Amino acid sequence: MSAHETTTLATMVSDHEKAILPEWVELQKRAGSLQTGRITEAELTAQSAEFLKLLRAGLAKGAGEAANAAYTPAREFLANLSRSRAMQGFSPSETAAFVFSLKQPLFNTLNRDKALSPADVAKATVTVTVLLDELGLLTFETFQKGREEVILRQHREISELSTPVVRLWEGILALPIIGTLDSARTQVVMENLLQHIVDDGAEIAIIDITGVPTVDTLTAQHLLKTVSAARLMGADCIISGIRPQIAQTIVHLGVELNVISKATLADAFAVALRRTNRTVTKIKSGAGEGAKPKFAADKGE
Amino acid sequence: MDRIPILKLGDALLVTIQVDMHDRLATALEEDLTTKIVAFGSKGVLIDISALEIVDSFIGRMLDNIAAVSRILDAETVVVGMRPAVAITLVELGLSLSGVKTALNVERGMAMIQKRLGEVDADDEG
Repeated sequence: MSAHETTTLATMVSDHEKAILPEWVELQKRAGSLQTGRITEAELTAQSAEFLKLLRAGLAKGAGEAANAAYTPAREFLANLSRSRAMQGFSPSETAAFVFSLKQPLFNTLNRDKALSPADVAKATVTVTVLLDELGLLTFETFQKGREEVILRQHREISELSTPVVRLWEGILALPIIGTLDSARTQVVMENLLQHIVDDGAEIAIIDITGVPTVDTLTAQHLLKTVSAARLMGADCIISGIRPQIAQTIVHLGVELNVISKATLADAFAVALRRTNRTVTKIKSGAGEGAKPKFAADKGE
Repeated sequence: MDRIPILKLGDALLVTIQVDMHDRLATALEEDLTTKIVAFGSKGVLIDISALEIVDSFIGRMLDNIAAVSRILDAETVVVGMRPAVAITLVELGLSLSGVKTALNVERGMAMIQKRLGEVDADDEG
């Protein structure tokens, strides 16, 4: 590819911009870019015009490869476009079609130009194809990255949402774990719990694993890590909600859970209340509005 | 050389670590503390590490050592005020300090030691 072809192309694009742009936008519309209503025709036209301008600027500098510094503004524009389209929920082919649909108007314009010899047209066609293919691949890549960012963000949000620390009573925290415990989540859970222990001045933390579907050696290890860390902060841990199958698995795996464990959260709460010198008593019905539990805080016995 | 001050509070000793520990300081503290426990006949040691932001395995082991040594000298060690990040680091290092008692803050740590002292007194009387 010589500088001659790219400059030819640059002049051609600037001479025929009025013809290329509407044709291109029309093609994109036909490809269904507007059907979903995520962007308006005005926006599409503006984006197309902007890209055409940047492409022309690159071509005018005489560079044939998309990686050339002359196309940096064009590449950045495409990257932003792909990322925003990924966020808006466009499909990858819709996004890539933005660049690929530019080929046809450019070819048509080349063919219409009587001043060019057939050999020149062929050469220019190759240049355009190579250039736009490279740019098209770039949109794909950026689109993919944009999507990955979305997934990553959602993943983070889920892991934060799914590990609430609940204050059951003064100095007693509960941590209901729902879903599989992997290393990354354990980290979040642990940090969350420890911070709450500090903020609340909690003495006892109940880790409820009713919502954990399976417990393998790794999960057990993660649990024990959390328990140890809480202990280092001066809080005791109780594990509750161990289902029969999980209890069997733990024993079969030979994992030693050197912590107090209770079958249900209620049992664990009872233990926690006793540890903090509190009891739950039922008041006799008739005296008051029924069997409302009463918490007697007789600290210090 | 810097030394970490050791305060006597009744039957207990209070150590507040305010600076980042380096290895020499840690060894010095271990020695000083042992001497003071014997000198005062202390029954409890309270180590406040709420200002400590960085721990390594050496400091972790030092805490374990102090606890072991004090136990031999009939004093109970309570480590108080550990920061969440420090706790996570120690656990990741595989140091769960199983021989050390812990409490959230100095107040609670003191209460733990007082409780033990009460029990010891009761034993002596009974």
